[in-house]
Amino acid sequence: MSTGAVGRAYPRLEGAAKVTGTARYAVEYPVDGVTYGWAVPSAVVRGRITRIDTTEALASPGVLAVVHHGNAPRMAPGPQPELRLLQEPTVHYRGQYVAVVVATSLEAAREGARLVRIDYDTGPHSTVLTDDHPGLYKPDQVNPSYPTDTAEGDFDAGYAAAPVRVDVTYRTPAYHNNPMEPHATTAQWHDGRLLVHDSTQGATPVRATLAELFELPPESIRVVAEHVGGGFGSKGYAKASVVLAALAARHMDRPVKLALTRQQLFGPVGYRTPTIQRVRLAADTDGRLTAICHDAISQTSTIREFAEQTAVYTRSMYAAPHRRTTHRLVRLDVPTPFWMRAPGECPGAYALESAVDELAIAVGLDPVELRIRNDTAVDPDQGRPFTSRNLVACLREGAQRFGWAGRDPSPRAGRDGRWLIGTGVAGSSYPARARPSTATATARPDGSFLVQINATDIGTGARTAIWQVAADALGVPPERVEIRIGDSALPTAALAGGSMGTASWSWAVIRAAQALREKLRDGGPPTGEVTAEADTTEEVGGQPALPRYAYGAQFVEVRVDADTGEVRLNRMLGVFAAGRVVNPTTARSQLIGGMTMGLSMALHEEGLLDERYGDWVNHDLATYHITGCADVESIEAYWLDERDDELNPAGVKGIGEIGIVGAAAAVANAVHHATGVRIRELPIRLDKLIGISDLA
Amino acid sequence: MQGGGENATTIDERHSSRVTVEVNGASREVTLDNRTTLLDALREHLDLTGAKKGCDHGQCGSCTVLLDGRRVKSCLVFAVTVDGRSVVTVEGLAGPDELSPLQAAFIAHDAFQCGYCTPGQLCSARGMLDEVSRGWPSAVTGDLNTPAKLTDAEIRERMAGNLCRCAAYPHIVAAVRQTAASS
Repeated sequence: MSTGAVGRAYPRLEGAAKVTGTARYAVEYPVDGVTYGWAVPSAVVRGRITRIDTTEALASPGVLAVVHHGNAPRMAPGPQPELRLLQEPTVHYRGQYVAVVVATSLEAAREGARLVRIDYDTGPHSTVLTDDHPGLYKPDQVNPSYPTDTAEGDFDAGYAAAPVRVDVTYRTPAYHNNPMEPHATTAQWHDGRLLVHDSTQGATPVRATLAELFELPPESIRVVAEHVGGGFGSKGYAKASVVLAALAARHMDRPVKLALTRQQLFGPVGYRTPTIQRVRLAADTDGRLTAICHDAISQTSTIREFAEQTAVYTRSMYAAPHRRTTHRLVRLDVPTPFWMRAPGECPGAYALESAVDELAIAVGLDPVELRIRNDTAVDPDQGRPFTSRNLVACLREGAQRFGWAGRDPSPRAGRDGRWLIGTGVAGSSYPARARPSTATATARPDGSFLVQINATDIGTGARTAIWQVAADALGVPPERVEIRIGDSALPTAALAGGSMGTASWSWAVIRAAQALREKLRDGGPPTGEVTAEADTTEEVGGQPALPRYAYGAQFVEVRVDADTGEVRLNRMLGVFAAGRVVNPTTARSQLIGGMTMGLSMALHEEGLLDERYGDWVNHDLATYHITGCADVESIEAYWLDERDDELNPAGVKGIGEIGIVGAAAAVANAVHHATGVRIRELPIRLDKLIGISDLA
Repeated sequence: MQGGGENATTIDERHSSRVTVEVNGASREVTLDNRTTLLDALREHLDLTGAKKGCDHGQCGSCTVLLDGRRVKSCLVFAVTVDGRSVVTVEGLAGPDELSPLQAAFIAHDAFQCGYCTPGQLCSARGMLDEVSRGWPSAVTGDLNTPAKLTDAEIRERMAGNLCRCAAYPHIVAAVRQTAASS
């Protein structure tokens, strides 16, 4: 019996705590005897520390210790070598944390960090990605475990034989996640047990990593992440702050609070790799694709391989008999790139959905119609039917809502005074995955229920969504359900990432609720607490491997100043098909958040690396621009009613990432329509468009 | 908080100051390292962690509070300079029994996701509405001789100093608009 909580627009459960400032984040818990850690970054790119002089730092009032490779507690080698911090004198990239100053106050710690003197032997470095870099190689697989290259048919022959061809190369810069809360941790050791409050997307994986590094049983570590100030992938696994704080706290035998500074986030906690993407499309004169090739180049570090799955989007989005995708990688003297909202799909869709727009122009066909014409019910990659695919419905609904019909396809057709007006469209898709989780459901004698699962709410609305799912699964009004998340002491669960949180967590919660109802069915009302638990490992693992994807279509109208090249967003509209929507309020917020980050990618964000220093020069929020309030005039997200019974018990597909997929292409396509200028290197800054009035 | 007491014992008296400040209506007295920002004074010495540290450089707006009624980025204000002055933080926006209309509107419009920029957004919006009521123009105000009207463009411009990476911007604008209309 459903109470109908799922699908209703409940406000966030933690709303009042967030608007009154009482929601506590990682370094906001009062702790007796706390000290403050300040990370010291390396000042060279590649080299070896020959001397650390801590005399002056230690003489500074309030400074208690300088922890570095010469005195830090030892950690075990693990699968994440970049987390073995302060263990060796080697420097792999500029900004690598090489010491932590611990002091009685933030001010003393910061001053102490300035006073640590470090000498290095340095070597030559290579930090810029190029398409002819001598170090280019083929990785064994791409994130997380996709084949590196794929091929069907004969691309070269199919491409050569086609009447219409597009061969274009797109470039994207490094993007930095920049959640508003910097990575931060409070760590305290008590009798060999470690308690951390961490800003993370998954307390369970953080606990596992800490257990490995400190060689402890997981049960002796507790990771709490009740409120997390955003992550966007950069807090997907344990990061430097939690390791440095735990190390420093162990060294001091005192609690340590350590928050990275905003400047320290640019690189060492992960970022989206720059990409160079060559896309070749061939079609017949009706606009039907005959050959598709997507060759993607990206970078990783010398410490660890992270291979962005940039071309994977192209494998399943549009059909053609001849298809090929490749990934090549270069190891540079840079921090390891990592997940940023829709890794792979986001930069890949920018390239493919831009190239499709170029093809539509080459064919002389409306870009919405061209996409509809190349739709496919069967996944071109797996050769199996999609469990559901409503791309065409999204395109049609979006076109209708946006007012696409009757669009003059000619570039520079729209004009309003000094503003050139243009519109653009792009498709979106993102895989619908789930991972095993566990949960418990407890019936209390007073008629209330407690549901516990170590889910994380990084701002997605997860806490509220799980609560709604739990109420329906228990068959009770949600007011009688209490939900606890964000603590590794709770039943272990998947991290908040890959757009699979709600799918994974609701699955375990529903199964626990069903098991509880089964238990209660046999007796009357419980006299004490009755608890049931569920573990979906077997069920999730046993699910057939079918192509499961969410889809979307994004429409954008921009205006471009004909004299200055300034691009402004007039309006942005997305329609998505993402299975069942648990909470329309929080779902809409997530979708427009993703779309806005795509706008930001298209127009504002750019990590500018200076090869001389091997570092991004614009490493703060004044110089690394992200979309602000004044940049978003109108943005709307809608979704279709979609039912797909081959997903998971809640029937959800995940919505955290699809909003950013295709968004930048829709903006870039609109800029081309407005100006007739195709910018193939993001972001579309005004200096790349200046002078367009000469074309008039 | 422990930090405050210990700090006072390790920092030379010449480098610290006794500061008396009214915070959310209550007088608070605290000895602070002269280098302490108002933001760190609130967070580390007065157990008011509502104001957030997003950049510590005045670039993100998460630390916005009201100082003598006007919005300031508290990471750019030395605490010693607020001696004798009045500070309102997000913890002081609500009434004794209920949320302020602005806070309620933020919840109703889902004007936040992760919530980390939210205290700054709320204090900034409160300060901004007061600026509008005083007739202060913004960069997008057309006619400087008539009082500024609170259009959406005005709200967007005046709230542009508060970044939100979750991008709740349209909902923030809606919440501010509703609050202004009902007050």
